[in-house]
Amino acid sequence: MSSINVKIEFGGGLELLFSNQRSHRVSIPAKVPLSSKPEDAEKSPEDKPADITYLMYWLRDNLLKEREELFIENGSVRPGILVLVNDTDWELEGEGEYAIQEGDEIVFISTLHGG
Amino acid sequence: MPPRNCALCDKARAIVKRPKTGQQICKDCFFHVFETEVHNTITEAQLFKPGDRVAIGASGGKDSTVLAYVMKALNDRYQYGLELFLLSIDEGITGYRDDSLETVKRNQQQYDMPLKILSYDELYGWTMDAIVSQVGKKNNCTFCGVFRRQALDRGAAMLNVDHIVTGHNADDIAETVLMNIMRGDIARLGRCTSICTQGEDTIKRSKPFKYAYEKEIVMYAYFKKLDYFSTECIYSPDAYRGHARVFLKDLEAARPSAIIDIIHSGEAFEIKEEVKATQKIQQTCKRCGYMSSNELCKACSLLEGLERGVPQAAITDRARKKLASEGGASENLRTIPYFQRPGALPPTAIVP
Repeated sequence: MSSINVKIEFGGGLELLFSNQRSHRVSIPAKVPLSSKPEDAEKSPEDKPADITYLMYWLRDNLLKEREELFIENGSVRPGILVLVNDTDWELEGEGEYAIQEGDEIVFISTLHGG
Repeated sequence: MPPRNCALCDKARAIVKRPKTGQQICKDCFFHVFETEVHNTITEAQLFKPGDRVAIGASGGKDSTVLAYVMKALNDRYQYGLELFLLSIDEGITGYRDDSLETVKRNQQQYDMPLKILSYDELYGWTMDAIVSQVGKKNNCTFCGVFRRQALDRGAAMLNVDHIVTGHNADDIAETVLMNIMRGDIARLGRCTSICTQGEDTIKRSKPFKYAYEKEIVMYAYFKKLDYFSTECIYSPDAYRGHARVFLKDLEAARPSAIIDIIHSGEAFEIKEEVKATQKIQQTCKRCGYMSSNELCKACSLLEGLERGVPQAAITDRARKKLASEGGASENLRTIPYFQRPGALPPTAIVP
């Protein structure tokens, strides 16, 4: 199965949920089941390119160390967390449905910490 | 999705979607509109006059770090003629504030502004670490909030500034509107949306980021690569505000204009005269000279409770009665130094 390499950055305090490490390099499958939710994967065997929603669950299952509810809410990134795809607001890139490309850099920044 | 051009300049590729307007704009236009909106907020409210000495309340967090950067940029660009200072309060929280103060010290170098740090220990004789060891994690935010407000004013008086600016953003203000409605706190609801507050006896305080969305502040810090500190306070966060915050973020996800709409609703509230009449008038604390709505200001009440070993005295009725039954304050308890506004005459000189 082919895979793609992605650079992940956490900021704004979100890194605390990920071993207090801001920068990660990960390798994820290029094609994933239609439902990104690992729990539903068997029910939907068809393939699609790995997208950010898939990546979010992948990070939960592989890198997240604590308090999932501070990262994921209702099947998406928790409101108040900004996501950037190669330094562009993910709202311009289709949000969770953005199909990840080899070498992409995805940044997650929490805005919820004190100012 | 194909890359889209900036809705403003139509030249560069759009990199951010503005929550306030839905516009997709490029990095340079984003910097420009963000800074210009803050400038417009400042000029429309006539916050400053040339020669003003202004302290930026700096915590090392995202809002105050961006505020310091933008204030410096606007002061240079539009020649406000302000003398800027950084003012930080050290609550005495090991592993939290000591780290964030390191960020402020770097900001001092980066922005070339004088920095004043005033500690709770110095002013009240109690660090938050010591207070939490007395009161536990439940009500400690009350102490911290009351003490910080007064410490900022006192630090500002030491710097002899005319004005304090804080990094409160649109999200913070919308949250506060919601909280004041839910608590029925009419007095605060009336004033929480004011961009500038000034009692007779207090130093002017204002919020240049009143209309700036948190999302844009964080994006701005990210694209400018500003150095800020982001760790949750190690003591229990303000749970009530936390609920308002989560609720607001959910609203924003569904409709981004919700934040500015709530601020506008807050601004439009008018307090009935008969409600106003029931509100307490401002007076001066008889012990420390700080503004107060009672004989003793909240900080003095809290401090007296701490000093007399009844830290809940200013919070619960039962503890207050216990304190009262033990008689008045004894002479040798620690109190807060008498408050004097910069330039104001000492209180004895006013009495004929």
